[in-house]
Amino acid sequence: MDMELIQQILIAALKTGTPLLLIALGELVTEKSGVLNLGQEGMVLMGAMAGFAGAYYTGNLFLGMSLAMVAGMIMALLFGALALSLNTSQVATGLALTIFSIGLSSFMGGSLVGSTIPGFKAIAIPFLSDIPFIGDLLFNQDILIYLSFFIAGATWWVLHKTRVGLTVRAVGENPHSANALGIKVIKIRYLATLFGGAMAGLAGAYLSLSYTPMWMENMSAGRGWIALALVVFASWRVGYLMLGAYLFGIASILHLVMQGFGFDISPNLLAMMPYLATLIVMVLISSNSLKQKLSTPMSLSKPFDPKLH
Amino acid sequence: MLSVQPRIESAKLMAWLSPFIAIALTMLASSLMFVLLEVSPIKAFEVFVIMPLSDSYNIGELMVKAAPLMLCATGLAICFRANIWNIGAEGQLLIGAVVSSYFAIQAGEDAGIGMITLILMSGVISGALWAAIPTALDRFFKTNIILSTIMLNYIGLYTLLWAVHGPLADPQGFGFPESAMFADAILLPLIQEEGRASISIVIAVVIAIITGITLFKTLPGFIVRVYGEDKAAARYAGFSSNKVVWGVMLFAGALAGFAGAAEVTGPIGQLIPSVSPGYGYAAIIVAYLGRLNPFGIIISALFMGCLYMGSDLAQIELGLPTAITGLFQGILLFFMLACDFLINYKVSFKSKALPEKPVLPSSADSELVTNSDSNK
Repeated sequence: MDMELIQQILIAALKTGTPLLLIALGELVTEKSGVLNLGQEGMVLMGAMAGFAGAYYTGNLFLGMSLAMVAGMIMALLFGALALSLNTSQVATGLALTIFSIGLSSFMGGSLVGSTIPGFKAIAIPFLSDIPFIGDLLFNQDILIYLSFFIAGATWWVLHKTRVGLTVRAVGENPHSANALGIKVIKIRYLATLFGGAMAGLAGAYLSLSYTPMWMENMSAGRGWIALALVVFASWRVGYLMLGAYLFGIASILHLVMQGFGFDISPNLLAMMPYLATLIVMVLISSNSLKQKLSTPMSLSKPFDPKLH
Repeated sequence: MLSVQPRIESAKLMAWLSPFIAIALTMLASSLMFVLLEVSPIKAFEVFVIMPLSDSYNIGELMVKAAPLMLCATGLAICFRANIWNIGAEGQLLIGAVVSSYFAIQAGEDAGIGMITLILMSGVISGALWAAIPTALDRFFKTNIILSTIMLNYIGLYTLLWAVHGPLADPQGFGFPESAMFADAILLPLIQEEGRASISIVIAVVIAIITGITLFKTLPGFIVRVYGEDKAAARYAGFSSNKVVWGVMLFAGALAGFAGAAEVTGPIGQLIPSVSPGYGYAAIIVAYLGRLNPFGIIISALFMGCLYMGSDLAQIELGLPTAITGLFQGILLFFMLACDFLINYKVSFKSKALPEKPVLPSSADSELVTNSDSNK
């Protein structure tokens, strides 16, 4: 295998892994606060639709991107109103959010199907992009990919090195103690859920403004669900999350690689690969169930009712 | 001032009323939406409620749509009762359709009852086997059933697409992604003179009734309910967790697989890529709307069939996209969940602050969706 091919595969893995990374980062923070939001898939779709609509009508990609994040946050707020304020089951509410958003995004975006826009262009960083091999890979990408690196770093730093992160983790591990210390548990959970919505929206914007600059019904193709598995795979750690996202990226483009090598397999069978890979990874991580148990936020998906305290 | 107070016991009346409140609120919200879309809400009401029930052809189509929903939702309700989050009805239905089509395209006009049984049973068994995958993964590796069933839905969908593009495609079909039309001899008998409604709706109702009786009046049903409400109590009583999980999952898979087989050998008559317009996902809502009660599901499936039918008509009459079905389904499920709040909390007008706080028996039990069992 020559270096150029490896580089091409890695670049493709980076591009395919980025939406997964963004969704998973948002879900990681949400879950760290003890909230399980299964509405990721729906929030991504709303983000993708709103982002594309914004960019298409205003001609401004950044406006589209902001709109995508707002759309994700509105959906997250809807989830919060039910699951955090009315204490409905988080699992059922998340599923409801996904069903609702799939319908809403295809309804609102119906007229946009088939339209195209010029998506985000790669920005070469001077000098750094001239480094052989990694230059093109890491320093000649579009702004959303740079942003994803930054957000990953910032998320790690805030979660583990700041008071805010400590508060979020405390709420997720033991909301009762956090409440006794005067922390507003529900408020923190709302903020973490909103961050999850913003990230899912941003991932949607990446899909519809950069990865494939267009809007199509259900274009997230299960990435929201794969990202949920990714968070468990990474045992709620940002570093592993990045690694996992890009590994999944490779798994998703494996069919292109195999076709490139001349294997003649039905494209529909190859399209199963990311989902099959997710299943296999779920089985593999279960071999270390003790570690899994220890790293899961203690109060994950358990509602907290301040009125009872 | 509004005061909100947790109830010590969930309200039985509210548990019965909440589906109706949710439907009423959904209608209200949708009228608002229709006004925004500049469609007269009265006209929309006519299209969504009156027209599907207006003539025998439309009622037949409504039953065509209600049958797979009822079958899938009955299976899902039993899983949800046992606190097992099987989201995989869609994939199980699709696999049932693919496998039964494999046998159906080989049948000629001289096929008898034996062939029909083989075709339907292959759907049932393949649906159950598809459900056995996430169950085995859960039992042996403790993987999350929600995620594994969703992944299998995608894999099932691509299996269907692979089948209609390749092995099961009609050799004389000019490359269209469809199987050949099945022989008339193996199609399910119709229950109407005109229209497409087959006996699958009758089978679905019978299965729902039998499931309801089993759930509420027999020991296996009791075990499932205890397991779902309190795992520790079930363990203490010596109920096998393996038996419950395998039992409910295979049951749900078999019903969804049958639904798939009944679709291709019923109203459709061949294997096509759009076998299911999301029946497996809509069945989740049907199950909730029926309060996870098989008797309630008979009614909620007919209601959801009406909604599907209404969306089809709205596309013709009002020029609205069919995506509106998903939108309504989502709104309905949201209101359903919000109404559950009224079951577990008491909202009243009071001027003073709360009296002493009550003690809830299991406030932290998040996995239970319906904290109330309306059928005690």
